[in-house]
Amino acid sequence: MSRVPTPITLSRPPDNRRALRRRRAGEAAMAWTFVSPAVLIILGLSVVPIVWSLLLSFQADDLVTPSRWVGLDNYRALAQDPHFSQALRNTVLYTALYVPTSMAVGLLLALALNRRIRFVGLYRTLFFVPFVVSATAQGVLFSFILDPEFGAANAVLHHLGIPSQGFLTDPSQALPVLVAISLWSGTGFCLVIYLAALQDVPASLIEAARLDGADRLQLLRHVTLPALRPVTVFLLLWQIIQSLQAFDLVYVTTKGGPLGSTTVIVYFIWEQAFKNATAGYGAASAYVLAVALGLIGLILQIVRRRLRGAAV
Amino acid sequence: MTAVSAPPDAAQAASSARTGTRRRLPRPRFSAWHLLLAPMALLFAVPLIWLALSSVMSNAQINRFPPALWPSHPDLDGYRYVLGNAMFPRWFANSFLVSLVTVTANLVLGTLGGYAFARMRFAGSRLLLGLMLATMAIPFQLTMIPTFLVMKQLGLIDSLGALIVPSLVTPFSVFLLRQFFLSLPRELEEAAWIDGCSRLRVLWRIVLPLSRPALSTVAVLTFLSTWNDLTWPLIAINHDTQYTLQLGLTTFQGQHHTQWAAVMAGNVITVLPVLLAFLGAQKAFIQSITSTGLKG
Repeated sequence: MSRVPTPITLSRPPDNRRALRRRRAGEAAMAWTFVSPAVLIILGLSVVPIVWSLLLSFQADDLVTPSRWVGLDNYRALAQDPHFSQALRNTVLYTALYVPTSMAVGLLLALALNRRIRFVGLYRTLFFVPFVVSATAQGVLFSFILDPEFGAANAVLHHLGIPSQGFLTDPSQALPVLVAISLWSGTGFCLVIYLAALQDVPASLIEAARLDGADRLQLLRHVTLPALRPVTVFLLLWQIIQSLQAFDLVYVTTKGGPLGSTTVIVYFIWEQAFKNATAGYGAASAYVLAVALGLIGLILQIVRRRLRGAAV
Repeated sequence: MTAVSAPPDAAQAASSARTGTRRRLPRPRFSAWHLLLAPMALLFAVPLIWLALSSVMSNAQINRFPPALWPSHPDLDGYRYVLGNAMFPRWFANSFLVSLVTVTANLVLGTLGGYAFARMRFAGSRLLLGLMLATMAIPFQLTMIPTFLVMKQLGLIDSLGALIVPSLVTPFSVFLLRQFFLSLPRELEEAAWIDGCSRLRVLWRIVLPLSRPALSTVAVLTFLSTWNDLTWPLIAINHDTQYTLQLGLTTFQGQHHTQWAAVMAGNVITVLPVLLAFLGAQKAFIQSITSTGLKG
């Protein structure tokens, strides 16, 4: 900018308009130069794979030898595969346990932090820090803490006189334990989003309700919670997407076991495609997941529009 | 995206203005909420404290029942082992390189794309933007198998290139920057443009200096997702010289199951960069998350 000032507006040539038009024409070429890397990479690595995935899902393919067209056989086999239905059940259970709990605890903590008390910053930091820890690191850390023989968790239970637990090695405990680990890392996200939304609730609204004689509980029920509804719908969508796509933590801790009790759907897809070399089958199950995610997204998008319409 | 553009001071002023009516009341000595918050905070902190403690314990202390809960003679043997005998330094460098290139590429390509979509006129721009937005809804699992095949065709499998190329620019980066550029006043750029500044120059000299909040959001979120990713490296990389830290850590854990102190030292090395980045720029981190979250 420092070199611009010399001929700014004083003696602009009369063919200014035509020059501008010529520049506009050159602009399209410039714009294409600007967007083409992004367009090529993003569309190239999404549109091509989507179509390819669809084609794959109609084939038997081991990623090495030429594939063979099998029509809808993969989808038919999926419908009858007990491992796939177990993966679906595990994923739904994981989601049903994780999503509401993370949101409820996040909201409770946000309400507690949205007032003038000491150490708000410290609390927020402590609750949010696990969110930046990778699922791999979480998995390795908790495999250690929850190790049946050498883990700190059983040591603490031992001191309390409680018998040792299997945790991730116990088929009836493994999935709830994974939910607990996810809550450790994911609740802070809900907390931070809710806290920001709470600070956006207009003070005038709260004052008005107070003047009308509303007590704390009424204030929460009739003013605060309704104001948080759009954020709640966003969080619901976000958390559901996250939990339906859970993979890293499962891979690091249980590899889907024991006895398939933690095989979630993405683990199933990965196993089929990259471990069992049945890529077509994996692609078909990925399509089932994508359609489910799309439907959930669509429903919540409609709910969101309605809410926005009601708010105006 | 207005939340991104609001300077932090203004947000603070607004929030203190909101609570201003209650300021004259004396500060409560002790809030009952601490009875809920303090134990919860402890529960959240304990695993990370335990991570740090066990990384300086001896294996003898860990491998007995019940294991010790406090290091009696803290030593750095675990760190010595992972830095000397294992490939952690190599994996760290790999992760660092992949993150650096990915973040830089997202900033450059996201800025160029975002600016063109925000300010320049060209045929098909709306359609392209719509398509790019739609791709944000595609789950990674749907594209991962063909992306693997594409990378194989390109000969990139088992190299860091396979980790970098698919995330050189994400639709998220383009869209977030476009929204931010739209919120800037147009007049400044147009004056400079009419006076003969090239688009690139306008972008570099006028737009970018105003865009630091949006650029840091893109950088923070891209770094977090690249550094922490396991799924894609697991698929694209076989040879241990090309591992990232996350992939190296989980493999190392599988192979050294009884050397917990070394595993935890490796874990600390994996977590520390993100943790330090977070603690150093906490405000920017949380603002990035909430600004995208609340508008998303």
